[in-house]
Amino acid sequence: MKRMSIEQLLGINKFAVDDAEAHIVLKKDICATCADKPCTFSCPAVLYKIIDGEISFDYAGCLECGTCRTVCPKEGAISWKYPRGGFGINFRYG
Amino acid sequence: MEEEKFDVIIVGAGPAGSTAAFLLARAGLEVLLIEKGITPGSKNMFGGRMYSHALHKIMPNFWEEAPVERPVVKEILTFMNGSQSVSMDFQDVHWGTPPYHSFTLLRADFDAWLAEKAEEAGAMVACGIRVDELLIENGRIVGIQAGEDRMLADVVIAADGVNSLIAQKAGLCKKFSPKQVATGAKQVIQLSEETISQRFKLSGNEGVAQLFVGDCTKGMHGGGFLYTNKSTISLGLVVSAEALQHNQYKIIDLIEDLKENPHIAPLLEGGEVVEYSAHLVPEAGLNMMPQIFGDGILVAGDAAGFVLNLGYIVRGVDFAIASGEAAAKTVMSAKVNNNFSKQGLSKYQQFLKEGFVMNDLETYRQAPQFMANPRMFKAYPQLVTGLMSKLFTVDGSPPVRLMGKILGQMKQSKIGLTQLAVDGLRGARLL
Repeated sequence: MKRMSIEQLLGINKFAVDDAEAHIVLKKDICATCADKPCTFSCPAVLYKIIDGEISFDYAGCLECGTCRTVCPKEGAISWKYPRGGFGINFRYG
Repeated sequence: MEEEKFDVIIVGAGPAGSTAAFLLARAGLEVLLIEKGITPGSKNMFGGRMYSHALHKIMPNFWEEAPVERPVVKEILTFMNGSQSVSMDFQDVHWGTPPYHSFTLLRADFDAWLAEKAEEAGAMVACGIRVDELLIENGRIVGIQAGEDRMLADVVIAADGVNSLIAQKAGLCKKFSPKQVATGAKQVIQLSEETISQRFKLSGNEGVAQLFVGDCTKGMHGGGFLYTNKSTISLGLVVSAEALQHNQYKIIDLIEDLKENPHIAPLLEGGEVVEYSAHLVPEAGLNMMPQIFGDGILVAGDAAGFVLNLGYIVRGVDFAIASGEAAAKTVMSAKVNNNFSKQGLSKYQQFLKEGFVMNDLETYRQAPQFMANPRMFKAYPQLVTGLMSKLFTVDGSPPVRLMGKILGQMKQSKIGLTQLAVDGLRGARLL
């Protein structure tokens, strides 16, 4: 099988993106003080990226696993809840 | 506005929640089962297999109507190291006949079916609703709030999965540490039913469960899994969140590596990825168990940390179902006495002990500590593959008898004889 990029893989999934409410919100000033930024390699959907030296996060492809919330070493940096009812990832296989 | 009142509100239509809802509705209670997904199962994923015993006890011969994939008749444990792999293969053809030992499943179908059973029994199933808050009066949980809607109940069952925000809001659990959970990620790969049966040497609808340990996780605490469904293969990795936190590896790169691994690639050839999913696994089990009952609340399934990973066996769904059953029994008994206080719901522990849930988790309480031993994921897989390689290689080099090969390989893997004996004995005692 051909190697696939994370963008290709997330593209196969079915998401109902909630444009009105982000279910994960970062306090970027706290993130700026974080040296390791384990979210950038621990997130299985690779949604945490460093762009122009600043953490950037796209909640649209979130698989709602909770890994980021667990590995984040900075108290209060990630506010995490599930998307509003009906929104977010919609597994067709699971 | 008048608030609706139920006997029980269950948050989460996974195996724990739907089982509890089914049993309570069947007993005539007013049950509301709330699910945040658009359909039950649409937020749920796991590796791929459920042991049948727990559900068979509640719904005899469930497989006659449930959307199961394949009964597992073959277990394979594979040690991987570079170009080499060593597999142990166990088969029992009886597992392919009733009462089937275990089934591979896809949760979107299976969980939807189980929630439907609860609905048929009389439970009200409300999907696409996220519970935002618990309603608390004088320290007692009396209901839930979702958006503007408030709903009341004598008791709330938190069956909302590993990241149980409900148990957290009830003050029953602390935030878990990365050491206590693992990240599981999986690709579902489509192939024809015949191709899968041929490639895995399975007849009829039989299935296989395979676990991998070794360099598929780059030596990180964790392993790989492969389950054959009817016309898809579930392939993925589970890696300790702590290991992910401290290494720079991305789990998705490791899965892509696994797909290209020469030991696996031929099995997947021509397949098409139809889904990529991820989930946390509460691996610490009892060591991360929250308070599982409080005033007006019970906690079941993954939310309670009811998972067991012994390295060669991974269980969660059977615990979820049995804990849902225990929660249902607790509520029925509390209703008889009309006592839904913490004390009235404390029978939950007893019901869990009468079944297998607490016995099994207690027995293997120290397994997670044993499994955290880094030698399990690097040195031992290397030792096993290296030894087998020496055993089977003929290349004209000077002969070495078996004992020499074993000792030579051990020296190379830097595992002392004492270390091996201690690990072996600990493993045999704790797993």
